[in-house]
Amino acid sequence: MPSVLLIEQTLNGLQFGLMLFLLAAGLTLVFGVMDMINLAHGSLYMIGAFLAAWLVGLTGSFVIGVLGAVGLTGLFGMALEAALLRTLYARDHLSQVLATFALILILNDGVKMLFGTDLPLSAPAALSGPVELLPGLQYPAYRLLILGVGSALAIALYLLVQKTRMGALVRAGASNRAMATAMGTNISALFTLVFGIGAALCAVAGALLGPLLAVQVGMGENILILAFVVIVIGGIGSIRGALVGSVLVGCIDTLGRTGLQQLFREFLPAQWASAAGPAIASIAVYVFMAVVLAVRPQGLFPART
Amino acid sequence: MAPPIESRSSEATGPAPVDDLPMVARQGRIDTASRAALLILAAAALGLPFILQALGSSYYLSFASRIVIYAIAATSLNLVLGYAGLVSFGHAAFVGLGAYATGILISEGVVGGGWHLLATVAVTGLAAAVIGAISLRTRGVYFIMITLAFAQMLYYLANSMKGYGGDEGLNIRARSLFGFGAIAYDLKNPSALYYTALAALGASLLALDRFGPSRMGRAVVALRDDDVRAEALGFPTFRLKLVVFVVAGVLGGIAGALSVNLQGYVSPNVLHWTQSGTLMVMVILGGVATVWGGLIGAAALLLLQEMLSAYTDHWEFWTGWVLLAVVLFARRGLVGLAAGLRSPRARTG
Amino acid sequence: MNNAASASAAIAASTTALLEVRGLEKRFGALVATDRVDLSVRAGEVHALIGPNGAGKTTLVAQLGGQLTSDHGRIVFDGTDITRLSPHQRAHRGLARSFQITRLFRSATVIENTALAVQALSGHSFGAWRPVRRDVALFAEARRILAEVGLEGKASLGVEQLSHGERRALEVGLALAGRPRLVLLDEPMAGLGPDESAWMERLIDGIRTRTAVLLIEHDVEAVFRLADRVSVLVGGRLIATGTPAAIRRDVKVVGAYLGDDESLHDRAVAGDSS
Repeated sequence: MPSVLLIEQTLNGLQFGLMLFLLAAGLTLVFGVMDMINLAHGSLYMIGAFLAAWLVGLTGSFVIGVLGAVGLTGLFGMALEAALLRTLYARDHLSQVLATFALILILNDGVKMLFGTDLPLSAPAALSGPVELLPGLQYPAYRLLILGVGSALAIALYLLVQKTRMGALVRAGASNRAMATAMGTNISALFTLVFGIGAALCAVAGALLGPLLAVQVGMGENILILAFVVIVIGGIGSIRGALVGSVLVGCIDTLGRTGLQQLFREFLPAQWASAAGPAIASIAVYVFMAVVLAVRPQGLFPART
Repeated sequence: MAPPIESRSSEATGPAPVDDLPMVARQGRIDTASRAALLILAAAALGLPFILQALGSSYYLSFASRIVIYAIAATSLNLVLGYAGLVSFGHAAFVGLGAYATGILISEGVVGGGWHLLATVAVTGLAAAVIGAISLRTRGVYFIMITLAFAQMLYYLANSMKGYGGDEGLNIRARSLFGFGAIAYDLKNPSALYYTALAALGASLLALDRFGPSRMGRAVVALRDDDVRAEALGFPTFRLKLVVFVVAGVLGGIAGALSVNLQGYVSPNVLHWTQSGTLMVMVILGGVATVWGGLIGAAALLLLQEMLSAYTDHWEFWTGWVLLAVVLFARRGLVGLAAGLRSPRARTG
Repeated sequence: MNNAASASAAIAASTTALLEVRGLEKRFGALVATDRVDLSVRAGEVHALIGPNGAGKTTLVAQLGGQLTSDHGRIVFDGTDITRLSPHQRAHRGLARSFQITRLFRSATVIENTALAVQALSGHSFGAWRPVRRDVALFAEARRILAEVGLEGKASLGVEQLSHGERRALEVGLALAGRPRLVLLDEPMAGLGPDESAWMERLIDGIRTRTAVLLIEHDVEAVFRLADRVSVLVGGRLIATGTPAAIRRDVKVVGAYLGDDESLHDRAVAGDSS
C-alpha cells in the first residue's frame, strides 16, 4: 500500500480509536467501579448525536450544538443514574442485562418519537476542506478536529483520574469495590458524577462522529459491542487500558478494512474483495480480543488486584 | 490483607453472588389443579389449527408457530443460562446456524427434511463444541464477551456470504419435506409446521423436566451455585458445562431450522447480538431455571409486542417499560410471580 | 471400599507419607506466597499448619487442592504425582478440602448439599433422566454424613436458615462425604464460639484414624491438643516442623509467631510440654 494511503488510514484508525475511547472510558469506569453491565451506554452515544444534530439545526452553530448536546446528555445521564441505575448496582448481572436492554428499547423508540429515525448532521463548513499535512498528503480538516478533541479529552481524563482526589477515589473503587463502598459519605454522589461524565463523553463521540457515520436510531448497538471488546482487551476498570485498547481496535478495524481489501483485490474477484475485507476486519478485532484473553486473561492493564 | 485467592478465575474470592436465582422448581406430585391446567393447555395447543381455521384467521397460526419456535430457542438458552448459570451472549449464533444450514441446503435443491435435521445437528453441534471448548475456560464477564465475539464473527461471516444473500438475506421457495413412504409431510403446510414445532417443543420440555432433578441436573445447578466447590467435591465441571452448552446449541439450531421454514427467509440479523439479547430477555422474563420459563417468556414477549403494535407504532417503547417493571418488581420472572401468587409462603424449591 | 483397606495399611506403615510436598513455589508478581515449601502428611495423623496472617496458608492449601497452579515443585499423593491434576481428579483420588469462607450450594437444602457431595464421588453425573432423589442408597449415605456432623434434624432446611456454626459443620461435612484419605481443613473453627469449637475439635479427633488431616487453624491451643505434628509457615516459608512440644520450644517459632502471646512464651521458655 502506498505510504500516503497508509498514513491516512492510520490517522483514520487513530481518530476512530479516540472516539471509541470516549465510550470505552465511561463504560470501563461504570463496570469497574460499580460492577454494572450497562447495555444502554450506546444509547447515550445515540442521544448525544441526535441532540447535536437537533441543536445544530436549531441554532445553526456547530459549536453550540455540540456543547449543548454534551451538557444535556451529561445531565440526562446523571438523572438516569440517580433515578434508575443505582437500584441495579446491588442486583446480579443478569438483572442488569435485562433492565438495560429494556432501556435500549425505551430510548431507541423514545428518540424515534421525538426526532424521527434519523437526523442530518454535517461538519461545519469551515472544516469541510482538506489540510495539507505533508507534501502530497491531504487530510480532511474535520477529521483533524476529531483527532485534536479526542487527544485533548484523553489527556484531560488521564489527568483527572491520575492527579485529582476524585480520580484517586475512582481508581481505588475500580480496584477494590468493597473498599469503595466502605469509604463512606458521598460515594453515591461520586457514582452519579462518574456516570454523568461517561454520558457526556459518549455525547462528544456521538456528536463528532455524526457527520461521518450518520445519525440514526440504533447507531449505538454496533459501537457498544466494540466498546465492550475494548474494555475487555484493556482491562476492566482501567482508563489506560481503555485508551490503548481503543487505539488498537480502531486501527485494526480501519486498517483491516482497507488493507485487506487491497490485498484481496490482488487475488479475488472485485465483489468478493469488497465484501471479504470488511468482514474479515470485523472478525480480526474479535480474534485479537480472543488472543489477548488467552495470553492475559485480565486484559492488558488490569485495574483489579 | 489481600483476600485468599482460591480459584483460577480472576474474581472468585467467595461463592458468586446469586441473589435472584430461584431454587430449581421441585418436581413433586403435581396437584390436580396443575394437572387439569396442563391438560387444558395441551388440548388447546393441539387443537389450535382447527380452532383458528374455524375462525378463518391463518395469520394467527403462523404467529402461534412463531411463539412455539421462539419458545424452543428460549428453552435451549434457559438450559445454558438458567440451569448452568452461563451467561452466553452468543446463543443467537446457534439459532442462526441452524437456519442457514437448512436454508442453504434448500436453496441448493436439497429439500429432504432428514438432511436438514442432520445438517443442523452436525453444524450447530460442532460449532457449539468448538466455541464451548474455548469459551468455557473463561469465567464471568470474559465468558460473556467471548461468546459474544464468536456470535459476531458468525454474523459478519453471514453478511459476507454474497452467494447466499449477504446482508440482504436468503429467500427460499421450498420447505423441508419429510417423506414416510407414500406420505409426504411438507412443512410448507402451516399446520404441519405448527405440529412439528409443537412436537419439538413438547419433547424439549419433557427432557428438561426430567433433567432438572436428575443427577446431571443437580450437578449442573451445583456448579452454577459454586463452581469451585463443585469441582473440589469431584464434579467434572468443565465437561458438564460443555455437554450442556452443546445440547443447548443443537436445540437452538433446531429452532433456527424451523424458523427458516416458517419465514421462508433468513438474514444475518438472526445472528446479531440483539437477537441473543431478546432470547435472554425471554428467559429472564419467563423465569430462569424453570421448565416453562422459556415458553412463558417467549409467549409473553411476543404477545405483548403483538398487542401493543395493534395500538401504536411504538410498541418497543412500551415493551421496554414492561420489562423494566418485571426486573424491578418480579425478580423471579413470571413463573416466580405465578408461584408467589398461588401460595405466598411456598418456596418454589 | 478400598479407602478403609488402604487406611489401615497406611497406619501399619505409618512412616510412609500419604502426602508429600516438595519444593512448592508460588509467586504473585513480586510477592512470594509459597517459598520452596516441603511438607508431608502421614496416614492417621493430624498435621497442623499454623502461622501469622498473610503467611500464605490458604494459598498453600489452594495449591494442594488444585484450585491454584504452582510455579515450581511437586505434590505427591499416595505415591502418585498429582501436581498437574485438576481439583475433581484429586477428589476422586481421595484428597478433599474444606474452605475458609463457607461454600455451600444455595439452591439446595442441607441434605441435598450432602447428597451432591456423595454423588460427586459415586458414579458419573451424566445421567439426565432418573431423578436423583429416588436413589435411596445415596440419600441414606447423605443422612449418615449429616448425623456425623450433627445436622440430621436440619436436613430439609435451606442453607440460609442455618446458623454460622451449623454452616461450618456442613462445610466440613461436605469435605468428609466421600470418605477421603486426606482432608485439608482450612480454618474449620473460624467464627465458632467455644462450645462449637470444642465440638469441631472432637470431630477432627474422631476422624483421624480413617482420614488424615492437614489442619489450618489460628486457635493455637486447640492445634497443640489435636495435632501429631505441627508445621509453621511464616512469609511463605516453612520455618519449623515437629511435635507440638518441639514447636513450642523452638526459638524461631516463638520469635516469629508465638512470641506475642506472653503465656505461651513463658511456658515455652520454661519447657512446659503440656
